[in-house]
Amino acid sequence: MSILVNKDTKVIVQGFTGKEGTFHASQCIDYGTKIVGGVTPGKGGQEHLGRPVFNTVAEAVETTGATVSMIFVPPAFVADAVMEAAEAGIELAVIITEGAPVRDMMYAKMYATKKGMSTIGPNCPGIITAEECKIGIMPGMIFKKGNVGLISKSGTLTYEASHQVVQEGFGITTAVGIGGDPIIGLSYKQLLPMFEADPETEAIVMIGEIGGDLEIQAAAYIKENISKPVVAFIAGQTAPKGKRMGHAGAIISGGSGTAAEKMAALEAAGVKVVVSPAEIGKAVKEVLSK
Amino acid sequence: MNIHEYQAKEIFRKYNVPVPQGRVAFTVDEAVEAAKELGGKLWVVKAQIHAGGRGLGGGVKLAKSIDEVREWADKILGMTLVTHQTGPEGKVVHKVYIEEGADIAKEYYLGMLLDRAAEMPVMMASTEGGMEIEKVAAETPEKIVKVNIDPTIGFQGFHGRKLAFGLGLPKEEVGTFIKFASALYNAYMDNDAEMVEINPLIKTGDGKFLALDAKMGFDDNALYRHPDISEMRDLEEEEPTELEAKAHGLSYIKLDGNVGCMVNGAGLAMATMDIIKHEGGEPANFLDVGGGANPETVAKGFEIILKDPNVKAIFVNIFGGIVRCDRVANGILEATKITDVTVPVIVRLDGTNAEEAAEILRNANIENIIAAENLSDGARKAVAAAKGEL
Ligand SMILES: Nc1ncnc2c1ncn2[C@@H]1O[C@H](COP(=O)(O)OP(=O)(O)OP(=O)(O)O)[C@@H](O)[C@H]1O
Ligand SMILES: [Mg+2]
Repeated sequence: MSILVNKDTKVIVQGFTGKEGTFHASQCIDYGTKIVGGVTPGKGGQEHLGRPVFNTVAEAVETTGATVSMIFVPPAFVADAVMEAAEAGIELAVIITEGAPVRDMMYAKMYATKKGMSTIGPNCPGIITAEECKIGIMPGMIFKKGNVGLISKSGTLTYEASHQVVQEGFGITTAVGIGGDPIIGLSYKQLLPMFEADPETEAIVMIGEIGGDLEIQAAAYIKENISKPVVAFIAGQTAPKGKRMGHAGAIISGGSGTAAEKMAALEAAGVKVVVSPAEIGKAVKEVLSK
Repeated sequence: MNIHEYQAKEIFRKYNVPVPQGRVAFTVDEAVEAAKELGGKLWVVKAQIHAGGRGLGGGVKLAKSIDEVREWADKILGMTLVTHQTGPEGKVVHKVYIEEGADIAKEYYLGMLLDRAAEMPVMMASTEGGMEIEKVAAETPEKIVKVNIDPTIGFQGFHGRKLAFGLGLPKEEVGTFIKFASALYNAYMDNDAEMVEINPLIKTGDGKFLALDAKMGFDDNALYRHPDISEMRDLEEEEPTELEAKAHGLSYIKLDGNVGCMVNGAGLAMATMDIIKHEGGEPANFLDVGGGANPETVAKGFEIILKDPNVKAIFVNIFGGIVRCDRVANGILEATKITDVTVPVIVRLDGTNAEEAAEILRNANIENIIAAENLSDGARKAVAAAKGEL
């Protein structure tokens, strides 16, 4: 078992024939992901990486039965691509593209939600169910199969955490890179219950960062709803207070989104919080051998 | 990207957000000229820097005569203004804004930004306008009225009424306030602003609303569709080294410690700073070399880190994924040929092909390149090296 995606998940790629799309789609195919086709407007009818190319997502979905889309289109066109996927009945869009305007993502996510489509990202490494299905740009071989679920805002820290978990003799069920943009799709709060419900996941690792209050919300959720052990690391404990202009940010968030605040909230929720990023693997071992 | 008050007020004018008359000046003579053109009997000389708190820091001065305008312009231009938002080193003032003095009956606060939790913009207003709104937010948050604005319906009358009545405005002023707030909403949305803030928003003696201060910041990712705003970028307000790094696809922020850091990925870069501190050292910088980590970017990274004379050791912490560690190791060796690295370099390469990478570094046998076993070993060695104990 796993969450959201597995070896049977049918995936299409939006921005399939571009440089990034091509490179990463072929890596996903090598990993074993069921990439069933792709979309590049104007190239419909062609074949790419041995898969059919379609002009529209609707056509791709109708022909292939895909339920997930991996999005690589350039930032200016991301919102359009996400909304097209939602309109076509895609269930989950994994948005890899970095640099999408916030206003665009705001509209795109509203529309996705209205259409019942979940999103991951943008500006994220994607999602991987170890040894089954990789939808994104992460190095697949770092994720050995196991019993730890992983949720992370940061790309390379996702790899770091998985690597440490594997070195301690454990492995990963599913790892989700949720991205750190101001507007993101699925977050800790939506993913935690999925891991809680997944019989194979026995512990959850949560990697956060300074800024925003998603980790604080997660802490409140964990306290009430999560019975499995959770290990957390928050990056940016030593980040200097940014030079700012204006006061609005501090007013709206109530708190200032510091690492210390987040670590305290998580600890109070019973989470095993590590101070050093090198201790993630050890902490997992500790909570799993209790 | 942030802009100056005088630029934000230009945008306000375009959107019919009422502001006082004013002119920007780069020299004392220009300042005097501007005051004469504006006419009247009262002027304000305002330092233009990308930071708030100028009033308290001595960068906003009232002038009751042209001579006083000259005096203040002379004092403020070229001064290093330190406010609670500039950091202790302050910012040099290169321009002043000369504005007509306003007749202040009451000061309010009005601001707008993205509410991440609601995933839509929020407009905030308070009767406690003036200079210390952060205190208000911390101590008496009930004095701040907030309203989320769903962009699919835009700014409606009810949004404005919630704020206006929340501020306790008398009913005959509600209409004027709504017009003001609605214009501000348009200025924010149309330009992909990240935040806009008016502190103080004032009511004048004759019952008009006027933006006395104006701060705007924009979403960098959306600048491509706002060439007029991109043009407002003031490079003098940005760190030269940070700009140079950006031009090479690196993201660099200078800090005060002596352990230089070169890392791939922003999260891991922050975590690297954390572990250096955890091991008893102080990071000299944040540096994210991105996914590539090829010889050119690594060489540039060394060059930028070494511009800081405090740096006594460099910790290279790369997690090799799709870009394999052996290639990164070769990149590092190449880089040391391009840039002369004089301090110890502790290299931690983990991930794909980490063993081959260690082999490459060992065989190269360069005295000041030291391979680390893992993350904590690397951090420990880097801290020790910076203290001269390795
Ligand atoms: N045109 C003006 N006429 C009269 N008084 C003014 C004028 N402009 C500014 N002031 C006064 O100077 C104070 C400080 O100016 P302003 O708010 O523009 O800068 P600031 O100190 O950087 O703001 P903040 O503290 O909000 O970051 C204002 O609160 C106001 O009382
Ligand atoms: Mg002000």
